[in-house]
Amino acid sequence: MTYTIHLTLNGTPREISLDDPRVTLLDLLRERVGLTGAKKGCDRGQCGACTVLVDGRRINSCLALAVSLDGADVTTIEGLAEGDSLHPVQEAFIAHDGLQCGFCTPGQIMSAVGLIAEGQTDGDPERVRECMSGNLCRCGAYAGITEAVLDVQQQMSETEQGRKRA
Amino acid sequence: MNSFDYIRPATVAEAIAAAAEPGSAFLAAGTNLIDMMKTGALRPYRLVDLTHLPGLSDVEWLADGGVRIGALVRNADLAHDPEFASRFPAVAEALLSGASAQLRNAATVGGNLMQRTRCRHFADPASACNRRVPGSGCDAIGGETRTCAILGHSEACVATHPSDFCVPLAALDAVVEIAGPTGTREVPLEDFHLLPGDRPMLETMLEPGDLITGLRLAGDAAAFSAHSRYLKLRDRTSYAFALVSAAACLTIEAGEITAARIALGGVAAKPWRAKAAERLLIGAAPGPEPFWRAAEAALADATPVGGPDGDNAFKIALAGRIVTRALKAAAAGTPARIPALPGSVHVANGDPAHA
Ligand SMILES: Cc1cc2nc3c(=O)[nH]c(=O)nc-3n(C[C@H](O)[C@H](O)[C@H](O)COP(=O)(O)OP(=O)(O)OC[C@H]3O[C@@H](n4cnc5c(N)ncnc54)[C@H](O)[C@@H]3O)c2cc1C
Ligand code: FES
Ligand code: FES
Repeated sequence: MTYTIHLTLNGTPREISLDDPRVTLLDLLRERVGLTGAKKGCDRGQCGACTVLVDGRRINSCLALAVSLDGADVTTIEGLAEGDSLHPVQEAFIAHDGLQCGFCTPGQIMSAVGLIAEGQTDGDPERVRECMSGNLCRCGAYAGITEAVLDVQQQMSETEQGRKRA
Repeated sequence: MNSFDYIRPATVAEAIAAAAEPGSAFLAAGTNLIDMMKTGALRPYRLVDLTHLPGLSDVEWLADGGVRIGALVRNADLAHDPEFASRFPAVAEALLSGASAQLRNAATVGGNLMQRTRCRHFADPASACNRRVPGSGCDAIGGETRTCAILGHSEACVATHPSDFCVPLAALDAVVEIAGPTGTREVPLEDFHLLPGDRPMLETMLEPGDLITGLRLAGDAAAFSAHSRYLKLRDRTSYAFALVSAAACLTIEAGEITAARIALGGVAAKPWRAKAAERLLIGAAPGPEPFWRAAEAALADATPVGGPDGDNAFKIALAGRIVTRALKAAAAGTPARIPALPGSVHVANGDPAHA
């Protein structure tokens, strides 16, 4: 049996037909629509390398069945930059050396984007570390990752204050 | 993963009818079910997707100050609901101490209750496991038992229930609402999960087709909001299951404990309510001595797997300490905001939460 689902992938509405309901969102992205940015580290929810946004929320795409997400809006690392201008979180990861080998990085960045939207950490490095604990980094780039997240939050609150003053 | 049929029912009645067929399983976020299907531990041939059902995703406040939580409410949404976190802070802290932000964003309330044991022999189809395959034996007993149960275990099974959320729910007398082929009913959470006995494959009191529609906490459970904590010891700082954990909820008037609720996690095949310990605290002034006596009462029947020198004997002492510690933290008062590292014993000492 085939299942037809509708997804918005990085802003583009797509109709996708699945010949098998076992396909996870991660496998759909990587193997079927050519979006290989999300990585398969563990395939068991234990590393965060597969993190993407579904309806604006970060989740592990390796444990979500694509067929169940019919109607969802999915954002992957490929959907963050606008043309040649990087997303502020991408810029901050570069500025703060938030990566070495880069394998965990797409997941880290999508997780950081999700974390900022959740608004639970308000500039506290302990809260940032805790809220990023779902993303493992075997290279140990954690210090730079935390700084990158704090930096973007700082920039955002300055822009916010600037806007209020104006 | 085995192949299966995928069904997306439009109504609760259709979901129940579809799941009543042998070999069916409900699918919520899939963070536990899909994981266990990937190892081959679970092999349902029909998945009944609950996530598109209407009416199961609301948090409703009740006239008595209690709350009704729909089965599809996501763990993160419940924990971050300010009204919920202020009335039931130990429940919010337990939710936030579990898994990772990504998993909590996906995981549903019903799925959290129904998640399977993390015993590695359950997850591994090459192991003997009476819980997974009745009568096949138990590779944990006689093998490594470090994380196994210390209460309510049997010769057939020594697995623990891994949920953090369920621990304060048991302490606060939560009620599970169920709809099934024969109608609706409700069961106290404390009676929902079953001890293994000689039939460990029966994990909960649900019958085929039974759907959890929601959970309720009564208004009187909110009376503990000023003195409620959930503390959890784990092998690493974050993103780890509990080795042992405890929820402690107190009411204190004029320096005297007037009511106490205590439950333990990571110690048994169900969240473990400790009513004898609660009774000992009534009328006592909060302090180390009554807290330690309560902890001893909570663990009075605890036994390691495989005799006094069993691998998990340390969990009895550890569980006693986490009960004492949770009572102390609860007596000190619920923090205005859930700590940076929820459920941690470190932050209170001023130590950095993350090494
Ligand atoms: C790496 C990792 C770490 C984790 N760490 C923790 C932790 O520290 N603490 C913790 O508590 N949990 C932890 N979890 C477990 C997590 O909380 C559960 O996987 C999650 O709550 C399950 O919810 P779900 O919606 O994904 O359920 P699913 O996986 O969809 O379903 C789980 C089970 O529940 C059944 N089910 C679902 N909804 C209903 C319903 N309404 N009625 C009847 N049956 C139903 C399904 O049939 C299935 O058997 C962790 C998980 C992972 C993968
Ligand atoms: S690949 Fe999904 S969490 Fe590791
Ligand atoms: S940069 Fe190598 S795993 Fe994180």
